[in-house]
Amino acid sequence: MYDMKALYEAESVQDAIRLRLEHPEAQIIAGGSDVLVQMREGKRSGKELISIYMIDALRGVSLDEEENLRIGSLTSFSHITRDPLIQKYCNVLGEAVDQVGSPQIRNIGTIGGNTCNGVTSADSASTLHAYEAIVELTGKDGVRRIPIHDFYIRAGQVDIRPDEIQTAILIPKASYENTFGHYIKYGMRNAMEIATLGCSVNVRLSADRGTIQRCRIAYGVAGPVPMRCPTAEATANGQRPSGELAGRFARAVIDDINPRDSWRASKAFRQHIAVEMAKRALTRAVELAGGEMA
Amino acid sequence: MSQYKLIHCNINGKDVEKMVDVRASLTDMLRNEYHLTSVKKGCEVGECGACNVLINGEAFNSCIYLAVWAEGKRIRTLEGLMSPDGELSDIQQAFIDETAIQCGFCTPGFIMTAAEILESGKLYTDDELRKLLSGHLCRCTGYENIFRAVKKTMYRRLGKEIDF
Repeated sequence: MYDMKALYEAESVQDAIRLRLEHPEAQIIAGGSDVLVQMREGKRSGKELISIYMIDALRGVSLDEEENLRIGSLTSFSHITRDPLIQKYCNVLGEAVDQVGSPQIRNIGTIGGNTCNGVTSADSASTLHAYEAIVELTGKDGVRRIPIHDFYIRAGQVDIRPDEIQTAILIPKASYENTFGHYIKYGMRNAMEIATLGCSVNVRLSADRGTIQRCRIAYGVAGPVPMRCPTAEATANGQRPSGELAGRFARAVIDDINPRDSWRASKAFRQHIAVEMAKRALTRAVELAGGEMA
Repeated sequence: MSQYKLIHCNINGKDVEKMVDVRASLTDMLRNEYHLTSVKKGCEVGECGACNVLINGEAFNSCIYLAVWAEGKRIRTLEGLMSPDGELSDIQQAFIDETAIQCGFCTPGFIMTAAEILESGKLYTDDELRKLLSGHLCRCTGYENIFRAVKKTMYRRLGKEIDF
């Protein structure tokens, strides 16, 4: 038995909004692989929960009328990885969330929960930042859409208002079109591991594949929240892909990131692997885009 | 104040309904209400896989799955693999043949993940199989025998010659 004070089950998004307003102290639970574990460990014991897990309308991946990729917030990691639209337009996201926890965790864990936790190590977060994803929140006055960068306020805190739940994550067409990405997770083991550092790079090459038109890179665990690296991106944008460029690009991330010392790894070690991961991820992204590292 | 909810689901092929305490995990429900004790209480935080069951064909750690979420679902536990006359399924027999069991605590969870793997009808590489089995901890066998039991059964079901 879980030590919970009460459980309120939402059957629809409107129902969830009503429950949020009626029970302002209650914690939202999606798949529960964080909330229930924290409750078991005593951190959330005795609390009220609002379960949104049974709202099937929040599951699935689709293209909206503007051909943006729309991922319902309750879509599980395993369903994202297997989804044909994800594989076609943003395969790197499917690969990134295929490195979360274990097969069972990937069946229960949701992309909405992964982002609403506000943790920097979330395997989806760096790729969503690197693709400038849009977070859709639904509240009593309707829908609000904000860039994922603004959604993360600080470690463990995201911009969800008291009447809202997150209902989707969108990847704009302009963001995924002709764009290829690669994610690298550094951990001490493969399964059931939280990233020591996560790095996601994507590129769009020119038609002749001789120029990097747009390069974006984001990290998890390189700071209190997931972050982009504008200095490194500026180094690569408009340049011809090459090993020399990859090296310069990778060294530039040091000016952008701000990792800390923790029991998992030291700041110096994180900085060291951040450079190597940036270089490898860029090289792989260019290859996936059909380019060559001169 | 206790809070209960009437839950309808299908467990091992049988439609059932039960008043469930909303605080219960699916592990609690399957063990206490239905005496399906193959569903083990291990870590109870979703790390060890001992409580793994199939829900609508996918593997879930039932310890971090609320019992009320079972509403309308098809749930399968190890008990459901046995044939009506008590014969073991091929994957259970393979665990015995390959000595993939010592204390047995992780076995039902492993076998239910194996059931999902085998029922996919796909031929996985060794690396893929290892990744698919990575949600379970075994403190006795060192995993090699478990891996071999699943691989051999996969090849046998697909009618293919094994390559090791």
